[in-house]
Amino acid sequence: MLAFLAKRVAGGILTLFVIGSLCFFITRFAPGSPLTGEKKLPPEVLRNLERAYNLDQPIVTQYLHQLKGYLTGDFGLSFRYLGKRVDELIFPSFATSVYLGALGFCLAMLQGVAIGVLAAARHNRVPDYVSMSFALAGISIPNFLLGPLLVMAFALWRQWLPVAGWPEDLSAGELLKLVLPVTTLSLVHTAYISRLTRAGMMDVLSRDYIRTARAKGLSESAVLLRHALKNGITPVVSYAGPMAAYVFTGSVVVEKIFAIPGMGQHFVDSSLARDYPMIMGTMLVYSALIIVFNILVDVAYSLLDPRVRLT
Amino acid sequence: MELAIQGRSPTQLALGRFRKNRRAWISFWLLLVLGLSTVVVPWSTSHDFRTQTLERSKEAPNGTYWMGTDANGRDLMVRTFMGGRISFAVGLLATVISLAIGVAYGAIAGFIRGKTDTLMMRFVDVLYGLPHMFLVIIAMAIFGKTFLLVFIILGCFSWMTMARIVRGQVLSLREKEFVEAARALGVSTGSIISRHMIPNILGPVIVYATLTVPSVMLQESFLSFLGLGISEPQTSWGVLINEGANSLNPIRVYWWLVVFPGSFLALTLFTLNSVGDGLRDAFDVQQR
Repeated sequence: MLAFLAKRVAGGILTLFVIGSLCFFITRFAPGSPLTGEKKLPPEVLRNLERAYNLDQPIVTQYLHQLKGYLTGDFGLSFRYLGKRVDELIFPSFATSVYLGALGFCLAMLQGVAIGVLAAARHNRVPDYVSMSFALAGISIPNFLLGPLLVMAFALWRQWLPVAGWPEDLSAGELLKLVLPVTTLSLVHTAYISRLTRAGMMDVLSRDYIRTARAKGLSESAVLLRHALKNGITPVVSYAGPMAAYVFTGSVVVEKIFAIPGMGQHFVDSSLARDYPMIMGTMLVYSALIIVFNILVDVAYSLLDPRVRLT
Repeated sequence: MELAIQGRSPTQLALGRFRKNRRAWISFWLLLVLGLSTVVVPWSTSHDFRTQTLERSKEAPNGTYWMGTDANGRDLMVRTFMGGRISFAVGLLATVISLAIGVAYGAIAGFIRGKTDTLMMRFVDVLYGLPHMFLVIIAMAIFGKTFLLVFIILGCFSWMTMARIVRGQVLSLREKEFVEAARALGVSTGSIISRHMIPNILGPVIVYATLTVPSVMLQESFLSFLGLGISEPQTSWGVLINEGANSLNPIRVYWWLVVFPGSFLALTLFTLNSVGDGLRDAFDVQQR
């Protein structure tokens, strides 16, 4: 287990290095300079600015400088917010994005598995048809469409839920703000997971050991939940890794729709403003998050299926 | 007397299975209608998608403007179909690019085998591990938001699965008996590739290409929604949904700005996915 973790963390750091380098060179070889905005600066001012941000040095020197910075925990200065450090800007929004992503992830898992099990248990009957039609619709409605639709229906037309925002404390009124964003983020994945779970469960339910369990006289719920579920959700677990990346990509949109102060807005804004250090910082933090989620998923996989060895 | 036994090729059999799949078959025709309407509708109406009639802005659907008007008084129906034109075009062109890269890359890796293959596929694994949507966003933001770049960048980031599929097919096909038989008969490498390999790879490639189209269209509208894809005066479903989402306010709900472009996008994604799934089920011999 420890050896596995060490290996995965090392692999993760290597991936971060590749992403960081890729990101660095894409941004540096792009046409135009981040410092030439709408206002034309006098050449001497521009030169001073370039010196302050190390932009006057050869690209390899800049690269090594930045690499050393990341190793010592220095993310550099933002181009756009003058005098602010990148880590100062990112970290207040970091927790928000993590909570949103984790909530969306867990909700999609729980709902998707529950719906899938129900559909498999009532195969070819009304609950199966209803839940699979729902899943089909869910897959075809992207989150940036679902968000505005839900806002129109439940926040504007029927004023049951807040339009936007993020809870400031844990009171019930504030927590209601979570409902629409988390639903928007998780629905596609709920739909997808329910289909995977249904397929996996149907496969398992036709096995001999399930017939044995039924023959022993076990109740249907015991058969489903204690015997079939563990094997039935293996396809879901292998989807969970890529899903982490989709959820965090999706949270960029959800944060925009619901005006949630997360990293997504920083990422999009800094991309548009060519704020190189900010782009690099947000990108690396997002990538690290996705890598951590993937490691957790692999650990969960091995707990679920003892045949899977962590190597 | 001559017995009329007509042989049917595996492709004909697969198409027969596809036609029996009701959801896929209906989706196929619906998709055709949707695709054609994005060409025909903007061309057949007198309204232009750019003409602003500022005094008639944000009108609900009515006799003149069947889907209402946007904030600048432009006809939403023409805009929706024009947006569809762009979305379809991006989807198809990006798929062609990903097809070209993926097939060439996978075929080369599968043919050469050995260390080169291992190295090439390891590179694909690394690309798989990257959060590629974030890289696409950065590339779009930096290199500019033009139609050309949207589909080139999306195509360049979505060929990896195709490469894996083609490589797997090539690797398994070259070991098959009928290829060995052809080789034993003295058929040249060129004809083995064109007569025996390509027809067998074609099925999975077509199936995966149909599934690439909706995923690229989804990514395009995602980018456009964030303001990083197609930009004015051109429009796409993502741009229109973004305009609709920005117009949401508690005083008056301009539902048509979201609902019309949104339902066209959802319907297109649904039909494309259904056709892709249907083709996969029809061509997948192992599954049956």
